[in-house]
Amino acid sequence: MKAHTDKTYDAQLDDLRNKLLSLGGKVETGIATSMRALQERDSKLAEQVIASDREVNRLEVEIDEACRRLLVLRQPAASDLRFITTALKIVVDLERIGDLAVNVAERAIDLNQSPPLRPVHDLTKLAQLCQQQVRAALDAFVDGDPTGAEAVIQHDELVDSIYHNLFNELLALMMEDPRNIRRANSLLFVAKHLERLADHATNVAEMVIYMVRGTDVRHPGSRASKSVPPA
Amino acid sequence: MIADNKIEVRGLDAWFRGTHALRDVSLSVPRNTVLAIIGPSGCGKSTFVRCINRMHELVPGARQAGKVLVDGQDLHARRVDPVDLRRRVGMVFQRPNPFPTLSIQDNVVAGLKLNGIRGNSAELVEKSLRQAALWDEVKDRLQHSALSLSGGQQQRLCIARALAIGPEVLLMDEPASALDPIATAKIEELIHELRASLTIVIVTHNMQQAARVSDATAFFYLGELVEHGSTEQIFTNPKEPRTEDYVTGKFG
Repeated sequence: MKAHTDKTYDAQLDDLRNKLLSLGGKVETGIATSMRALQERDSKLAEQVIASDREVNRLEVEIDEACRRLLVLRQPAASDLRFITTALKIVVDLERIGDLAVNVAERAIDLNQSPPLRPVHDLTKLAQLCQQQVRAALDAFVDGDPTGAEAVIQHDELVDSIYHNLFNELLALMMEDPRNIRRANSLLFVAKHLERLADHATNVAEMVIYMVRGTDVRHPGSRASKSVPPA
Repeated sequence: MIADNKIEVRGLDAWFRGTHALRDVSLSVPRNTVLAIIGPSGCGKSTFVRCINRMHELVPGARQAGKVLVDGQDLHARRVDPVDLRRRVGMVFQRPNPFPTLSIQDNVVAGLKLNGIRGNSAELVEKSLRQAALWDEVKDRLQHSALSLSGGQQQRLCIARALAIGPEVLLMDEPASALDPIATAKIEELIHELRASLTIVIVTHNMQQAARVSDATAFFYLGELVEHGSTEQIFTNPKEPRTEDYVTGKFG
């Protein structure tokens, strides 16, 4: 891509991009680590995730500031404007993904204090898919790849269907034996957090499509139609 | 639906001796809208507006080809008197250019006097100065020299002078580039108000100004019309890479 005539502008945009990537990397690690804490019954790992949330929050504030600074000092237009407004929106989604990873970690600590429940096969599958969704959304952002973003949006249906299967499986476990209720309920929360986290990945993907193509794919039909004067 | 176009330009070419300043430009401006023209120096912006009121032909060695229609009437037809035309299509320039030896009041009606029009000039002076958002600042000193005004006031006086003749189209060539931000804001507010009764074409180097005041924006580069669209589209999602580079500040 062609560079700005004012090189410091490019440096500021690169700095913003790098901060977002760093935030994305941190929340990805958060998800992976909290799932390991659950699967390996290692509460220390869960504590790490909880502690690292401060770093996630700090980056969120820094990214917000960088966006405001660019908006007021550069009055960006076209692709720069779309990039910065996208950054402002996806930083919220990424920070929420980080919070949800913390929620999973907290559930892991809780579950690790009781004997393990029978392994729930679909939970691993759901966790893997959700991590993939977050990674794919971030890759689409980095590469400015709307096709990759569309794939993320499509795969969200698969996330939802696995979540529903898991819901039924855990419900069956609860009905089978009331002693399972507490743990199965915690696992159900974990599943719900993962499903929500994938929804945020979908939001990121939708913004990537806007960033690249300038078209808003969210909520079709909700935009007032605009007339464009003829060329 | 047939668009209600005040100005229609079809296949316009313009030359200064050997220089081809405009190349096959076609665009239209709907009635009561503001068109902003942006582009680097030498891209043909000013030449384009000067073709609309036939000022281009005043330059020695200048030529043009193609059609410029106002209300469907070909402005370059032989029977069109350029002086009549300029009464319908007013112009405001970069540097305020009031008549230095005339009072504020006489500046406003100067255009009318030149056109041999008589009428209730006190009423017209007030109306034009009010339209140009200058009345309250000068009503107690209408006999003072136009040069006693600040730059921003002088520019609004020139707008009042242009409005006094009752034009249908107002061409503005960098009208605020010599003004401070307060005077600029007043001119911009004025553009919003004048849109109700006029069709405006404004040339500006200030892209934020183009974004603030216009409905549509046209980007010119090396004499070509590169892109023309709604101002929102040009500044958020231009279709042409050359427009994208220009509005984001990637030059050369």
